[in-house]
Amino acid sequence: MIDRYRWWELVLIYAGIAVFLIFLLAPFVEAFMVSLRPLTQVFRAPYRFFTEGMSFKAYGDMWTSVPMLWRYMLNSFLIASGATILALICIVPAAYSFARFSYRGRDALLGVFLVVNMVGAAVLIIPLYRIMQSFGLLNSYGAMIVPGAAFATPAGIFLMRSYFLRIPRELEEAALMDGASRLYTLRRVILPVATPGIVVVAIATFIAAYAQQFLFALTFNSRDAYNPLPMGLYQFFGHERVLWNELMAASLVGVAPVLLVYAFMQKHIVAGLTSGAVKE
Amino acid sequence: MTRRFDAFPYLLLLPAALLTLAIVAWPVVETFRLSFTNASIRATEDYIGFQNYERLFSGSFMAIIWRTLLWVALSVCLKLAMGLFGAVLLNAAVPGRALFRVLVMPPWIVPIAIGVFMWSWMYNGQFGMISGLLQRWGFLAGPFEFLGYRNSAFLATVVTDVWIGTPLVTLYLLAAMQTVPRELHEAAWVDGASRFHRFRRVTLPLIAPSLATMALLSAIWTFNSFEIIWILTEGGPRGATTTMIIDTYKTAISRFQYGAGAARSATLLVLLMVLTGIYLLLLNRMARRARRLEEASA
Repeated sequence: MIDRYRWWELVLIYAGIAVFLIFLLAPFVEAFMVSLRPLTQVFRAPYRFFTEGMSFKAYGDMWTSVPMLWRYMLNSFLIASGATILALICIVPAAYSFARFSYRGRDALLGVFLVVNMVGAAVLIIPLYRIMQSFGLLNSYGAMIVPGAAFATPAGIFLMRSYFLRIPRELEEAALMDGASRLYTLRRVILPVATPGIVVVAIATFIAAYAQQFLFALTFNSRDAYNPLPMGLYQFFGHERVLWNELMAASLVGVAPVLLVYAFMQKHIVAGLTSGAVKE
Repeated sequence: MTRRFDAFPYLLLLPAALLTLAIVAWPVVETFRLSFTNASIRATEDYIGFQNYERLFSGSFMAIIWRTLLWVALSVCLKLAMGLFGAVLLNAAVPGRALFRVLVMPPWIVPIAIGVFMWSWMYNGQFGMISGLLQRWGFLAGPFEFLGYRNSAFLATVVTDVWIGTPLVTLYLLAAMQTVPRELHEAAWVDGASRFHRFRRVTLPLIAPSLATMALLSAIWTFNSFEIIWILTEGGPRGATTTMIIDTYKTAISRFQYGAGAARSATLLVLLMVLTGIYLLLLNRMARRARRLEEASA
């Protein structure tokens, strides 16, 4: 009964939700509509939502207007995957250490990772640029993968740690009693049980790494063949005449994979993405 | 009980520690060091004391700091307002709310740069949706280039930042609201409290700590925001959207004045440290309060 709404309350709630979602989704809807319009209708005033000649033509033409498009998409995927793998190598053992052992300085070190999460890459861009330069990493995938992994690691550690905390201790105690080494226990007993958690952390890290490639590509990479999708498309902004319909089509195709993954795993991913904000 | 030193847990931390040390911790130190040098694209660099800072604060940088504070404050307030608005609505027990919650996230999920591409078309004065609809509804007499004027460009970059930040704030506040014990609502309801009254007297006080944490975190992240302004305006028109981070980037990366740029970053880092300090104090206090409540109920 406490949850029973009067009719005008329902109307207000749905109207509010509609306004809220229109704000959040309008750019996607408009991008999709633009991608369907022929260029003559894109550059046409007054504005109309539905225009003549709408088709999926831009989704075919974009591959010839942006000849490297497939390469940009592949690069985005490669960079995000590389960052995810490197981040996992750091996240999983560290999270296990924080969750299972008590040792001097543990809480302080955990606090350090919390603080590290507060510094964005753009603030540190000068030393980062010089590091990449001195290691000869400029204009390479490494320059985009390594910082991507580093800035995704702290949030991943916090999320992974909360998974490890939920695994009963008896499991590894039994293995250790049987004389298994601790590394063996971690590999053969803990990791298999923690796999669902690792998958969630991996997906959350992948989405984060996929979302934040622009700055690193803009600063560390000038070789077009290595550009991720956002940077590849960004170059077309300066041109005389921006092919907005194809640009929007390419953007939507580029974000479709992460949106699909999100749609299927949204419950877990939301927990993963908000973990950076949640304390333990 | 004394135990001998056990290296195993430390070894497990090694990969994460090395990566964080190399890519985050050392660059923080290096930023402060560089800020006292005249480092540039030339091979040599000399220590020049506080000259970078003196030049910085006698120039236009104070104006940039104030602009940044205004930009961040406006953006964070709007994100919290939108987030609270959305969380209250999505917390209502109405059919379809599971779907609505899913639909909130896309702005946060998609690559920031690509979301901003979409907005840069939305802001197009001639053919964009916003200008078009405002003209049709009679709010604008003719085409209006949102990114072409100082005030409107400032607001437009804020709105896009709010768009990207709102989903996370919404879901975080929604999660906080769902921890409010139902009995409290029921007790208030039995006493005849209206829905609005229950929100103000029950929900709001109980989620206040979460609201404060989110405000701080959001402020910290908003200070770090770079892509939105860079893609939409590159700090223009005539510096109207040049925040500290944009100014740093232009000085250091576009003009190769690493030392002068590092002084800008260092100032921003000090600001971030202060905010992070407040955030940690707040977390500490919340943890202590939670422990006290637990002890009291036990």
